[in-house]
Amino acid sequence: MAGISLVGIGKTFAQRSKGRDTVIKVLDDLTFDVADGEIVALCGPSGCGKTTALRIAMGLEAPTKGHITVDQRRVKGCGHDRGIIFQHAELLPWLTAKANVMFGLEMKGIRGSAASDVAMSYLDLVGLSASAERRPHQLSGGMRQRVGIARALAIDPGVLLMDEPFGALDAQSREGLQTELLAIHAKTRKTIVIVTHDLDEAVILADRILVLGEGRLQEVIDVRLPRQNRDSGTLRAAPEFTDARFRLWQALHRNTSPIMVSGNSTDGIV
Amino acid sequence: MALSNMTSDVEAIEETSSSVGKRVPNWVITTASVSIAVALWEIFGRDVNPIFGSYPSAIFVAFVKLLKSGQFLPAARDSAETLCLGYILSVIVGIPLGLLIGRFRVLEAAFGIYVVAGYAMPLVALVPLLVLWLGLGLSVKVAVIFLMAVFPVCINTWVGVRAVPRSLVDVGRSFVASDAVILRRIIFPAALPYIVAGVRLAIGKAVVAMIIAEFFTAISGLGGIIINSANNFDTATMFVPVVFLMAFACGLDALIGLIERRCMPWQAEIGGREGA
Ligand SMILES: Nc1ncnc2c1ncn2[C@@H]1O[C@H](COP(=O)(O)OP(=O)(O)O)[C@@H](O)[C@H]1O
Ligand SMILES: [Mg+2]
Repeated sequence: MAGISLVGIGKTFAQRSKGRDTVIKVLDDLTFDVADGEIVALCGPSGCGKTTALRIAMGLEAPTKGHITVDQRRVKGCGHDRGIIFQHAELLPWLTAKANVMFGLEMKGIRGSAASDVAMSYLDLVGLSASAERRPHQLSGGMRQRVGIARALAIDPGVLLMDEPFGALDAQSREGLQTELLAIHAKTRKTIVIVTHDLDEAVILADRILVLGEGRLQEVIDVRLPRQNRDSGTLRAAPEFTDARFRLWQALHRNTSPIMVSGNSTDGIV
Repeated sequence: MALSNMTSDVEAIEETSSSVGKRVPNWVITTASVSIAVALWEIFGRDVNPIFGSYPSAIFVAFVKLLKSGQFLPAARDSAETLCLGYILSVIVGIPLGLLIGRFRVLEAAFGIYVVAGYAMPLVALVPLLVLWLGLGLSVKVAVIFLMAVFPVCINTWVGVRAVPRSLVDVGRSFVASDAVILRRIIFPAALPYIVAGVRLAIGKAVVAMIIAEFFTAISGLGGIIINSANNFDTATMFVPVVFLMAFACGLDALIGLIERRCMPWQAEIGGREGA
C-alpha cells in the first residue's frame, strides 16, 4: 500500500489581465505526509489552493517547485497508483455508468469481460449495480458521484484524492455517501486525501485535518473519534466530535486571508 | 425543411416521456409547409412568362419527359457518384484534420490559417485552373467538390474540439491515457455534435460545387442538363435537376440525422428542446 507526500510544493499561475502580466502565487511551500491507510482532510478558505494542491498530487498540474512522492517513490505526472474524484464527477456523458467505470480499467490495460466483471463489482460496492446501463444524465447527482468513486476505485489505486466530492449534494445524500466512504475505507484501507469546506464532513471522515492558508500548511488538527462506534449519530454526539469541530472552526477563522496576487511583472512575486 | 426533419425524433422521445397533451408531429408541419409553398408556386408561377420562370406541374411534365428520353437517370447517377466521392473524401480528410488542428497548438498555429483562408477561397475562379491541371474527367469534379466541402467539415470539427471541456480531458489524463486515446475516446465523441453540424453544412456546399464543376468541365451529368436546357430557353426542364438536387440534399441530411440519433442518443436526450 501507499502513503503520499507533498514536499515543498509551490505553484504560480501566469495570467494576463488588462495587458499586464500578473503572477498568481497559489502555493508557496506546502509540505505534508499522509500515511498509508490514513484519511486526511484538506481545509482552508476558498481560493487558498486546495484544488490546485490536489491536482498537483494527482499529476494533472506540474508544480513550480517541490515534488510528490507516493510510497516513498518520486512521481511525475499521473499514475495508476493514484485515483482522483472530481468535484462534479466528470463522467463521460456518452458512456453508461458501467462503461465509464470500464474506461479507467481499459486505460490500465484490463479489457473485455475482465473489465466488465471488475466494473460491475465496484458499481455493486457503491450500490449502483441496478443502474449500470444508465447514462450520466439519467442519474442523480449523488449517483453520478458514486459512479465517479467506483471509476477511481476500480483501478485499485493506493491513494484516493477527492475534491469536495459531496459539496454539490443535498445534506441527506452527503451523509449517506460519507457513511459509504467510511465503509469502503474500512474494507479497502485506501489512503484518502479529501478536500472539503464542510466542518462536519472533515471531522467525521478524517483522522487528521490540514488547514491551508497563504500557500502553506497552517495548522494540523488531530481528530480522535471513537470510530469503533460507527453509527454516525453517536459519533456526532461524542465530545471528541464537538471538540475537533470547534478547534477546526477556530483554525479556519485564524486563516481567512486567501491568496496573494502580485500586481506587476512576471518576477514580482509577493 | 431539413432542420425540422432532424429534430422530429427528438421531439418524439420527449412526447412519449412526458405525454402531456397532444402535439402535431413535426413531419405533418413540414409536409403542410411544403404543400402550401408548392401550391403558391403553382398558382403564381403560371402567370410568369415560361422563359423567365416555371411552376411545379410544368416541371413535373418536363421531368417525365426527361425520364422517358433516357437522359435523366444516367445523368443523375453520374452526378450522384461524383458527389458522393468528393463528399466522402472531404469528410474523411476534414474530420481528422480538424481534430489535429483543434487539439495541438503548434498544428493550429501552423495550419489553421490555411483552413480559414481555404474556406473563403473563391473556388469558381480557380476551377479553370484545376481543369488545366487535372483535365476534364472525374478527378477535377471530385477535386472541386472536395475543396468546397472539406473546409466546413474541418472548421466545425476544430471549433468542436476547442469547445471540449478541459475537465473531460483531465479524466483521460488522470487514467494515464495516451494522446491518441484521449483524441479518439474523449475529444472525438465530445466534439461529435459540432462535427455532425459541419458534415451537414458540407452537403449543400458539395452539391453547389458539383454543379459548378459540371458547368466548367465536360458538359455532363445534371449540370449538363441545366446548361443545355437553359441554352434552349427550356426553363421548366432546367428546374428539374435544380429541384431534384435540393430534394437529394434534404434526403442526405435526413439520413445523417438518422445516423446521428442512432449513434449518439445521449445528445438528443441532453440537448432536447423544451416545449413547442
Ligand atoms: N489554471 C489556472 N490559471 C490561473 N489561476 C488559477 C488556475 N487554477 C487556479 N487558479 C487560481 O488559484 C487560486 C486557487 O484556486 P483553487 O486551488 O481552485 O482554490 P480552492 O480549491 O482552495 O478554492 C484561485 O485564486 C484561482 O483563481
Ligand atoms: Mg476547489
